[in-house]
Amino acid sequence: MLVLTGAFAMVFFYAPLDADQGFVQKIFYVHVPMAIVALFGFVGGGICAVMYLRTRETKWDMRSYVTIHLSVILAVGVLITGSIWARASWGHWWVWDEPMLVSFLIVFLLYATYWPLRFSLEDKEKQARYASVFAIVAGAFVPLNFTAVRMAEQYIHPETFATTTGGMPGKFALTFVVALIGMTLLFFTLVKYEMASKHATFRLRALRRKLAGDDDDDLMLTGRSAAPQL
Amino acid sequence: MLPALPLDEAGKYVAAAYLVFLLLLLVYVAIMASKLSKIEREVVEIAEVVDRKAADPPPPPPPPAQRAKAKAR
Repeated sequence: MLVLTGAFAMVFFYAPLDADQGFVQKIFYVHVPMAIVALFGFVGGGICAVMYLRTRETKWDMRSYVTIHLSVILAVGVLITGSIWARASWGHWWVWDEPMLVSFLIVFLLYATYWPLRFSLEDKEKQARYASVFAIVAGAFVPLNFTAVRMAEQYIHPETFATTTGGMPGKFALTFVVALIGMTLLFFTLVKYEMASKHATFRLRALRRKLAGDDDDDLMLTGRSAAPQL
Repeated sequence: MLPALPLDEAGKYVAAAYLVFLLLLLVYVAIMASKLSKIEREVVEIAEVVDRKAADPPPPPPPPAQRAKAKAR
């Protein structure tokens, strides 16, 4: 939070105004780091899913679940802030012929089906297995999608790291990097926070069962849930 | 792309974008806080159950002679 606060202070007091977009360009420092962290989070969820399928340890399914959960929350933020930026820059809340916007929406909608998929499966082992396969396939789709958009010939979305124009000038780049680091740290903090909360919930549930004199592991599962059970 | 907006008009869009981020973060933290308070309540409940069990130990099993009598009956 400290790094992110520092980054946002840099946005308004250190980073210069953009020559083309003016003050509106400041949205870039919250929109793009959120998008990058969300996309890496989706890929990370896929990597955790690979680890689950290799080891069959529930902790990897839980990590995949929590990472995707937080990435989807960030993706909501990306879509809303992107829409606000589009309105200010292009005069429209949404532009359907802009590949970056539409592709990000597709990725978001794809991951929105993750919870219904998990919830539709009652058997916990099957749920974790199917969700892992989904996370791997969708996680592989994310970089492919991003590369395809980059390779698209006609697009008007501003590039973060331009390959031909020499990238961002120093002060812009430094502010952006600090904002990106802050967003990444926030993401990892929230992942740890949610993991700790889920662990505590399941340990308590197990303890409650034990105290009630029922050590049967199957009875620890209370009803159908999309969340993994430890 | 449209020409750059003047500061007074651009300001509301920038403020809205940063507020959206802040709001998302606050809602998430609030939901997690409510879950943690639920966990805390459960911990208190379980601690009470443990205390009750410690205060009222289960009755000792009857002596073997009594058990044989009960079996014969």
